[in-house]
Amino acid sequence: MLNIVNKSPLDRNTLQSCLDANTGGAILLIEDGVFAATRGNAFEAKLKAVQGTFKVYALGPDLDARGFGDRVMDGVTVVDYAGFVDLVAEFKTCQSWL
Amino acid sequence: MRISVLVNEGPYTHEASDSAFHFVRAALARGHDIFRVFFYHDGVNNGTRLTTPPQDDRNVVNRWSKLAQESELDLVVCVAAAQRRGIVDEGEAKRNGKDATNLAPGFRISGLGQLIEAGIQSDRLVVFGD
Amino acid sequence: MTTKKFMFVNRKAPYGTIYALESLEVVLIGAAFEQDVSLAFMDDGVYQLKKGHNTKGIDVKGFERTYGALEDYDVTKLYVDEESLKARGLTADDLCVPVEVMSRAAIGKLMEEQDVLLSF
Repeated sequence: MLNIVNKSPLDRNTLQSCLDANTGGAILLIEDGVFAATRGNAFEAKLKAVQGTFKVYALGPDLDARGFGDRVMDGVTVVDYAGFVDLVAEFKTCQSWL
Repeated sequence: MRISVLVNEGPYTHEASDSAFHFVRAALARGHDIFRVFFYHDGVNNGTRLTTPPQDDRNVVNRWSKLAQESELDLVVCVAAAQRRGIVDEGEAKRNGKDATNLAPGFRISGLGQLIEAGIQSDRLVVFGD
Repeated sequence: MTTKKFMFVNRKAPYGTIYALESLEVVLIGAAFEQDVSLAFMDDGVYQLKKGHNTKGIDVKGFERTYGALEDYDVTKLYVDEESLKARGLTADDLCVPVEVMSRAAIGKLMEEQDVLLSF
């Protein structure tokens, strides 16, 4: 399952909920969700800790728009919209954690 | 692959409609078939042709209309959500005694069954919202 | 017609926003299309099922009764996240309909088995 998260983890529990409900899979951070993937944010350690079980992606255009294109934490793969489409195609279902 | 998209938020307040638009355009460029884009909740506000953003900003509504025309997209606005929020085509105006219409070109108003059908007919359904 | 497994994932409280009500409207249509429909409630979504809604004072249409009517549409698979209930001081007895209370991981597993996941 592809999990799509669009909320900052410092504002909402959306990403945490997603992590708790899954035992693995892929997470794509879009919109305000991309803040989770930035270096030095308070959620960084949590996201690092699950990188063995989850493959984490972040949408480049959303990172760039927020001035964080060059501050992505290690282990997160940055994708563009075409990469977003490929992820959707790769997994049988996707869940948007709104 | 056949993909459908659900948009739950209106233009400008939330990024959902922008994300959905960029996603749909990228999916088309990748050679996928977009079966339907369904607009629900405040997402129906993406379908008003009366939108007039400042000239230096994107026109979210026209952008959808144009893409619909170019790529023969099926843009469906939920009738119940549209009635609540005042998105009206000619049929709806007649039925509900309204003195104006505002549905943008390329959009059509229809029932929620169209969303379920999109889920049944498509390989993937991607939700954009708040 | 093809039957697919549709799960509606409800994570938002009722009345503060319209998502819960309009989600319920889709559930009913999904059932009318004879799809294999289930509902998951987690986080603030569990507040949707708290019994005893009285919306008179806010002059908004209450929809607690619609949850009770789901059975008439053969929608009987209602899954509620145990941790979310606990975190809100609730138990299954506080809810307006019979549900299956399970761990968040168990709900996640059910999500994996779906064909279509809808969230609002």
